[in-house]
Formats: sequence, structure tokens, C-alpha cells
Amino acid sequence: MDTNRGSEEPLVTIRGLSFSRGARKIFDEVDMDIARGKITAIMGPSGCGKTTLLSLIGGQLRPDAGSVRVDGLEVPQLSRRELLQLRKRMGMLFQSGALLTDLSVFENVAFPLREHTGLPVPIIRDLVLMKLEAVGLRGARDLMPSELSGGMARRVALARAIALDPMMIMYDEPFAGQDPISMGVLLRLIHLMNEAMGVTSIVVSHDVKETASIADYVYVLAEGKIVGQGTPEELKKSPSKWVRQFMDALPDGPVHFHYPAPAYMEDLLSGEDR
Amino acid sequence: MISVLRGLGRAGLGFFERLGRGHVFLFYSLLGVPAGLYRIHLLLTQVYMAGVLSLVIIVVSGFFVGMVLGLQGYNTLVDFGAEESLGILVALSLVRELGPVVAALLFAGRAGSALTAEIGLMKTTEQLAAMEMMAVDPLKRVVAPRLLAGVLAMPLLAAIFSAVGVYGGYFVGVGLLGVDEGAFWAQMQSSVDFHDDIMNGVIKSFVFGFTVTWIAVFEGYDTVPTSEGISRATTRTVVNSSLAVLGLDFVLTALMFD
Repeated sequence: MDTNRGSEEPLVTIRGLSFSRGARKIFDEVDMDIARGKITAIMGPSGCGKTTLLSLIGGQLRPDAGSVRVDGLEVPQLSRRELLQLRKRMGMLFQSGALLTDLSVFENVAFPLREHTGLPVPIIRDLVLMKLEAVGLRGARDLMPSELSGGMARRVALARAIALDPMMIMYDEPFAGQDPISMGVLLRLIHLMNEAMGVTSIVVSHDVKETASIADYVYVLAEGKIVGQGTPEELKKSPSKWVRQFMDALPDGPVHFHYPAPAYMEDLLSGEDR
Repeated sequence: MISVLRGLGRAGLGFFERLGRGHVFLFYSLLGVPAGLYRIHLLLTQVYMAGVLSLVIIVVSGFFVGMVLGLQGYNTLVDFGAEESLGILVALSLVRELGPVVAALLFAGRAGSALTAEIGLMKTTEQLAAMEMMAVDPLKRVVAPRLLAGVLAMPLLAAIFSAVGVYGGYFVGVGLLGVDEGAFWAQMQSSVDFHDDIMNGVIKSFVFGFTVTWIAVFEGYDTVPTSEGISRATTRTVVNSSLAVLGLDFVLTALMFD
């Protein structure tokens, strides 16, 4: 989309973001910028709140403190109606695909168009076929979600996410559990969407190599903070222990191998039942 | 002692918190009902799922309940030589009480549990979250048509239950036990009042349909998104809605037939 290009202001600006679940702090004063028309990767170990960050950007969760601005709009302060309007310009690819299981592939992609556009049936058909063609699944239009492989389901979900030509797409762990072929297909698609449509892309992932190969900018999150950021090349050279452990897939480091526990010997000799 | 009190307090707070959430949920779902009326195909699909698919169990149960009423009623009435009044007994029992109540209990078990499981699974598989991210309000798109369909289907199911039950009573009483056919229908016709008996039964079944469907959709929407959560929610739907139907039946009966 042309609106994404030629503007220096970031599409998403996060300042002083704090968020907790119960007593556990997921984010502690996080600042982040997502540049327009670029692929920004958010990486970090499992459970560091990557998916939560997408929910905060999409307005599904409200932060405890701080600001989340998307295209100039302060997301936590939007009314429900304004939020829904904003979401029409955002696409989100869920980890599971989250296709509507009672609708066929065609109807799933047509769903946002039917809900929001009121276009005549033949035009909706053409649009759906174009989106499905883009992800290579035009021939699968009559299948039901239960008949799709994991990779195909994600591609259909991607076709659905781009149905309304959004300004940005958020990908939640798009490569998790994929075989090398579907991973390659998804990588190419994410890259293509960004190149061809100029869509701002946020890719949340822990697949370091794959994500780094397409990302323009990377944030590494751990324990509620940004522990590293920069282009993939910069991060490869980063001296930070956190970044090193994550980028080099080391089993132990600042993120410990062991979950916090009392001393091993004490635990064995404590005489407790469990 | 203190811990018992604390537990009691926590359970009480939890109960009222859920009750409040249920009402807020209902309020926003009802706001979605007018928009749902414009999309008639969504409503019709749900009427089919909740109503038409419940027909078999309703018809079969109705017939058996009617037959049992015919048999029990005959055995009691024949001692007083009043077996011709069997039609009244069967019809009034069904129209006033058994039709709405038993149909609602069956509806809770068949359609209510299905609604909870369906919505719960949609939540667990992130379909509801995906709808929200597509700027589609799941309360309008998913919950409102189901709520409306339940309220519409329940009175019809109760009416069918009662009608089939009357024929069950007729089959046993007139067909097998030899009660006079003319007396069976004539006494029924003269004693069953349209307003006092039939309409009150219809009002009951509206109330039950609304209550059961509300509980079912709320439990589904409020599910803890795990397989255990869905199983608990489905059980809660059947237990809570059955208790609510029986409790409300007493209240409504006391108000209507005092």
C-alpha cells in the first residue's frame, strides 16, 4: 500500500509499555518502533511475551502502563467501534491458523469481505480467488479446514489476513512446527507480501535463522525487556550475552536451563513426599 | 475455621463475579440481536441446529411420556370410574408442566451442551480471537443468532412435545385400554383453557428457552480454553440450566396458577 511508503514516522510506536499477568511481569517499560513497509521480527525464548505483544498492538489486551500507538492512534484509549475500524486495517496470522472450522477455504477467505465490504458476489469471488492464487491454494477452495495440512491452513489464514488489503500483518509464530518445504513457502510468502504490497510486517518467532533471513530489523525480548535490537547483521555481531545465547541457540546462559528450584542436594534429602 | 470462612467468601465472590459477567455478556449479546435479524441465514442455520436436530429426542420422549401418563392416569382414574377424564389429565399435565419442563431439560442436554462445546472449542482454537482481529464482533456474529434461535426453538419444541405426548396418551388410553374416544377428546377440549393453560405453558417455554440458551452460550464463551475447560463448561451448562429450569418452573407456576 502506498500509504506505507515514503513516510518516516513508524507505523507502531510503543513507549514505556508495562504488562503483568498476576504477579508475573511480562513487559517492563518496553520501547519499540515498527517501521512502515518493513519486516520487523520480534524474537525471544518461549514464554517471553511475544504473542502477548501482538495482542497488545491489536487491542485485545490493555497494558498496565505505557502507550501503544498504531498509525497515530492510541490503541488502549480507542472505543470499541474505533478499535474495530482500526482492526480492519490490520491482518493477523494466528499460530494455529484459526480458520473458521464450519466454513470452506473459499468461505474463510471471503469472510472478512462479506462482513465488511458489501461487494457484489462476483467481485467477492474474484477477490477471493486472487488472494488464494497468491498463496498457491486456488485449487483448494472447496476443501474444509479439517482437510488441510498445518502449512496449508496457515497459507489460507494468510490469504484471509490480506483479504481487506491491510496496512500491516502480524504473524504469530508462522514457522512453528512446519516442515522445511512449508517453512520455505511461508518465508517466501511473507517476503512477497512485504515486497509486492508494501505491507508492514511484524513477525513473532523463535526460528532465528529463518526469521533473520527476511527481517529488516530485529528485537530480541527476554524477561520483559528488550535485550537486543538491530538489523540481523548487527545482531550477529552483538556482544550481549542474551543475544548470543539466543542467536547461537546455547542451552544455558542468561536464560537458565533449570527452572528456579531449591538446591539439588537439599531437595533430594528433604524427606518430603513430593 | 478462618480458612473455611475464607473459602466460603472466595466462593461467594466468585459466584457473584461470574453472575455479573454473565449479565454484562447478555447485555452485549442482546445488542447484537437486531443486527442478527437482518442476516436471516445465520439465524435459520442456528434454528436448524438447535431446533430441528433436537426433534427426534423431543418426539420420542414426548410420545413415551404421553404413554406413561395415559397408563398411570388410567389406572388411577378407573378406580373412581372416571377414566373418560383421561384426556384432561394427559393434556393438562403436558401443556402446563411436562411439555415445557421436560422439553427444556432435553433441550439443555441436547442443544445446550452442543452450543457450549461449539463456542468453547471456537474459543480454544482461537476462532473467536481471529474474528475479533478481523473486526467482527463474535457476540454479534456467533452468540446473538444462537441466543435468538434458542429462544425461538424452545417453545416450538415444547409444543411438539405436548402434542406428541397427547397422542401417546391417546394411543394407550383409547387404543389399548379402551377409553371412549369421543369422551377423551371432548373432555380435553372443554377443560383445557387456551389462555390459562396453553399460553402459560408457552410463556414458560419461552423463559426456559431463554435461560437455557443464555447459560449455554455464556458457559461456552467463558470456557477456560483447554480440553478440560470445555468438558467442565459443558457439564456446568447441563447442570445449571436443568436446575434453573426446575427452579424457575416452581416460581412461574406459583405466579400463574395461584
